[in-house]
Amino acid sequence: MTVEELEQIAESVRLENAKYDHEIHVCMDLACASQGADKLRDELVKAAEAAGKNVLVRRTGCMGPCSSGPLVRVDPEETLYAHVKAKHAEAIVASLGSLPVPELQCDLSSHFDKQVRVVLENAGHIDPEKIDEYIACEGYKALMTALIEMTPAGVIHRITESRLRGRGGGGYPTGLKWSTVAKASGDQKYIVCNGDEGDPGAFMDRSVMEGDPHRVIEGMAIAAYGVGANKGFIYVRAEYPVAVARLTMAIREARRRGLLGSNIGGTTFNFDVEIRLGAGAFVCGEETALLASIEGRRGTPKPRPPYPAVSGLWGKPTLINNVETYANIAPIIRNGGKWFADMGSERSKGTKVFALTGKITNTGLVEVPMGIKLREIIEEIGGGVPDGHTFKAVQTGGPSGGCIPAEMLDVGVSYDALMAMGSIMGSGGMIVMDDTSCMVNVARFFIEFCMTESCGKCIPCRAGTAQMYTLLSKICDGTASMDDLELLEDLCSTVKEASLCGLGQTAPNPVLSTLKYFRNEYIEHIAHKRCPAGVCTMKPQEVLA
Amino acid sequence: MSKLKLATVWLDGCSGCHMSFLDMDERLLELAELVDVVYSPIVDTKEFPDEVDIALVEGAVASVDDEKKIKKIRAHSKMLVAMGDCAVAGNVPSMRNPIGPEAILQRAYIENASAQQQIPCVVVPKLLKVVRPIHEFVKVDVFLPGCPPSADTFHTALTALVTGGPVDIPALTRFGA
Amino acid sequence: MSDAVEVKTLIIDGEEVSALRGQTILEVARENGIDIPTLCHLDGLSDVGACRMCLVEIKGSNKLLPACVATVFEGMEVTTKSERLQKHRRTILEMLFAERNHICSVCVSNGNCELQSLGQEQGLTHIRLPYRNPELPVDASHERYTVDHNRCILCTRCVRACAEIEGAHVWDVMGRGINSIVITDLHEEWGSSTCTKCGKCVQVCPTGALYDKSKIGVDHPKNPDFLPYLNLMREAQ
Repeated sequence: MTVEELEQIAESVRLENAKYDHEIHVCMDLACASQGADKLRDELVKAAEAAGKNVLVRRTGCMGPCSSGPLVRVDPEETLYAHVKAKHAEAIVASLGSLPVPELQCDLSSHFDKQVRVVLENAGHIDPEKIDEYIACEGYKALMTALIEMTPAGVIHRITESRLRGRGGGGYPTGLKWSTVAKASGDQKYIVCNGDEGDPGAFMDRSVMEGDPHRVIEGMAIAAYGVGANKGFIYVRAEYPVAVARLTMAIREARRRGLLGSNIGGTTFNFDVEIRLGAGAFVCGEETALLASIEGRRGTPKPRPPYPAVSGLWGKPTLINNVETYANIAPIIRNGGKWFADMGSERSKGTKVFALTGKITNTGLVEVPMGIKLREIIEEIGGGVPDGHTFKAVQTGGPSGGCIPAEMLDVGVSYDALMAMGSIMGSGGMIVMDDTSCMVNVARFFIEFCMTESCGKCIPCRAGTAQMYTLLSKICDGTASMDDLELLEDLCSTVKEASLCGLGQTAPNPVLSTLKYFRNEYIEHIAHKRCPAGVCTMKPQEVLA
Repeated sequence: MSKLKLATVWLDGCSGCHMSFLDMDERLLELAELVDVVYSPIVDTKEFPDEVDIALVEGAVASVDDEKKIKKIRAHSKMLVAMGDCAVAGNVPSMRNPIGPEAILQRAYIENASAQQQIPCVVVPKLLKVVRPIHEFVKVDVFLPGCPPSADTFHTALTALVTGGPVDIPALTRFGA
Repeated sequence: MSDAVEVKTLIIDGEEVSALRGQTILEVARENGIDIPTLCHLDGLSDVGACRMCLVEIKGSNKLLPACVATVFEGMEVTTKSERLQKHRRTILEMLFAERNHICSVCVSNGNCELQSLGQEQGLTHIRLPYRNPELPVDASHERYTVDHNRCILCTRCVRACAEIEGAHVWDVMGRGINSIVITDLHEEWGSSTCTKCGKCVQVCPTGALYDKSKIGVDHPKNPDFLPYLNLMREAQ
């Protein structure tokens, strides 16, 4: 594969597309597919044939506003239809070339206006199972540019210049991580992509892997060139069968096109990728546990240092980044580090994909520039809290994050600002809660999650989360005392400071943040045996045997 | 100076702590100079007095009766001492916790009874679902672990408590000592 | 570059000490008579940093590091005793005592138990946390030894001794989180497992979880001191 050949492929796709008067895009992501997008697509194809119209019906990855699904977009008019059913196929086809179907049309401009799409630039536009469509959207151009025009050091420099930070949650500077791996001694190095997205309510990485799998592979290949690795692993949880299938197909296609394998782009660079399936353990999203799992061992974390950058897979220097981090690489190489660094806030650059869920009108996938206010995400992009309820809190960062109250909504989203509020960026889950949520119960839910997902290796996480769960249950039952609350806070500090890995160290965050912002709800449960949100059922004193 | 009022109580324990207490032997006479034993399984008072300075409690809380007692003792005592592992940690009585009281009663009164197999339902107090140390019910001022704490431990600790002197309990005793 | 220098100087609890590059804080501290409490660490076995008893403070960092795996660097200032550390150590011990059914008075290791003596050293007189009282099995199927899961603290010394020293890897951990237990083979009974009956696991077990049946009712001290010697002899070969 050469640059010219890439261009030829792109050109032939463009020529092919130009044959059609209209393109109908059908979102086939999980939310839409579960509501019959598959059948809808078939009906659209049939209707187009019957009507004798020159139409291309294309399945795509996630378009974003999942709660409006199944979604259909008609190009070149860029008409977006929501809640489309198979029965609407004929009407849509009939409307082509004239006025849109009014009852299906939706105005989601407030949802889209403030979004900036870098990671999701192709999602909803290309067929994820066709490598040529990715290539037509400048796909693999960045890899070719890197291989032919740049030195490995130049690649790393560009990433450093972009000031991209790890999108898995920690926010470690990506360029710094790459240069550490590049400088680590050893002739064998590995690239690992962390696709073990396990936070409740998070589906950013799944959508990227399903909707634009080549973007991840290209990012990994560029990283491999930068750090001097020749072998990559994508660790995907087995609960994402579609992502696994798409990635498998993408890897096969990329090999066929000579974009993976030996002498890529006619250079001396060799790189290949394998998929490894996670077996359902949340802790395997922690990098050292993930590496252990790839090696075929029990997925438990190890103390760091040594960091994987120095001693990772089979003791070799290993670069491990999250799906979304790799998805940012190709555009940075194509557009330059400065282009990326111009987006976002002071210390958090670029964009971030969030999965908006919970009590919010437009649930789905959004991509926003860093620094955007939480209020803009929730009230404008998300469309606010539905059904006349009032906003209470937003949980960011999944079980490792915290609950942010209404009075903090004007803070701009960045790694540091979220940390300062007692939460974390995390991988990008955003769960909105309204006045029907009991914050103690929410804290208990997340602690229960951490308790069951703890690997059991270190004591603070294994036994501490279990004790915290018991105490929170007592508070929810109305059987706790103020001493129990004190004990809970004491446990929080030990679990946070003494646990071995990130899972335990961040597990108390939902408790600490709700204690910080909603302490009165705890006190109500304890002192007055009542749940202000009316969620918890108070138990009478322990029944005697 | 009037003597301090000392009470000793026996909940769900084996009386070993009381035995060890008595093992202070002649040092009991020294103690008697400083305290009056106003209530104990080994004196003839039936009701827990209204005002007690130091209450030594042996045994875990295993029945509704124990629970009532410990709350009353707390209400009427200035200083409450958890005496021995059962009071401090549940110890042997708490070994039934994983299997529950029904299984225990079944084994004791039905399976192992040679005559009149029946689970008592009057006079004998009802068992709690789990046996718990006393500090899970009331505030405890001093913990004296050990099974039982030795006579020397009793002597050193009690002398300090009665005279108000300092005492380093972990240096004297531990769980299972 | 200072990293190339083989000998490092650092300060532990205000005392200047020297160390070799690659040595752990724990090694250096113990060489210098500074005690850091440990549970999962055992001389002669690999370290896993799991029990968190040996956490120490490093000047300039808010993060606590496990002394058993953290290696020294030039100019490092280590604090092994502070109110914060004592608090965490005590709470961790309380978590262990409350996690399973540690009834010291009737335990085969009463008086010879590392958990029991650490509890005393750290000044525990009672456990503030509610006891969990789980129902756990006792496997006495082995002709010589018994595993009593009620007393296990999941330090994985048995797992490491069996895999690293005996080379049999009969022991491993099953389950997750609070439900983890050590198992023999693929959760076979110990008696019908591929156990070589060497007894090393029993000797390294810090509590009464693994014990020698012939020692029931008598003093049952464990003797894990053979491990470093054994390793030394093997290296010499």
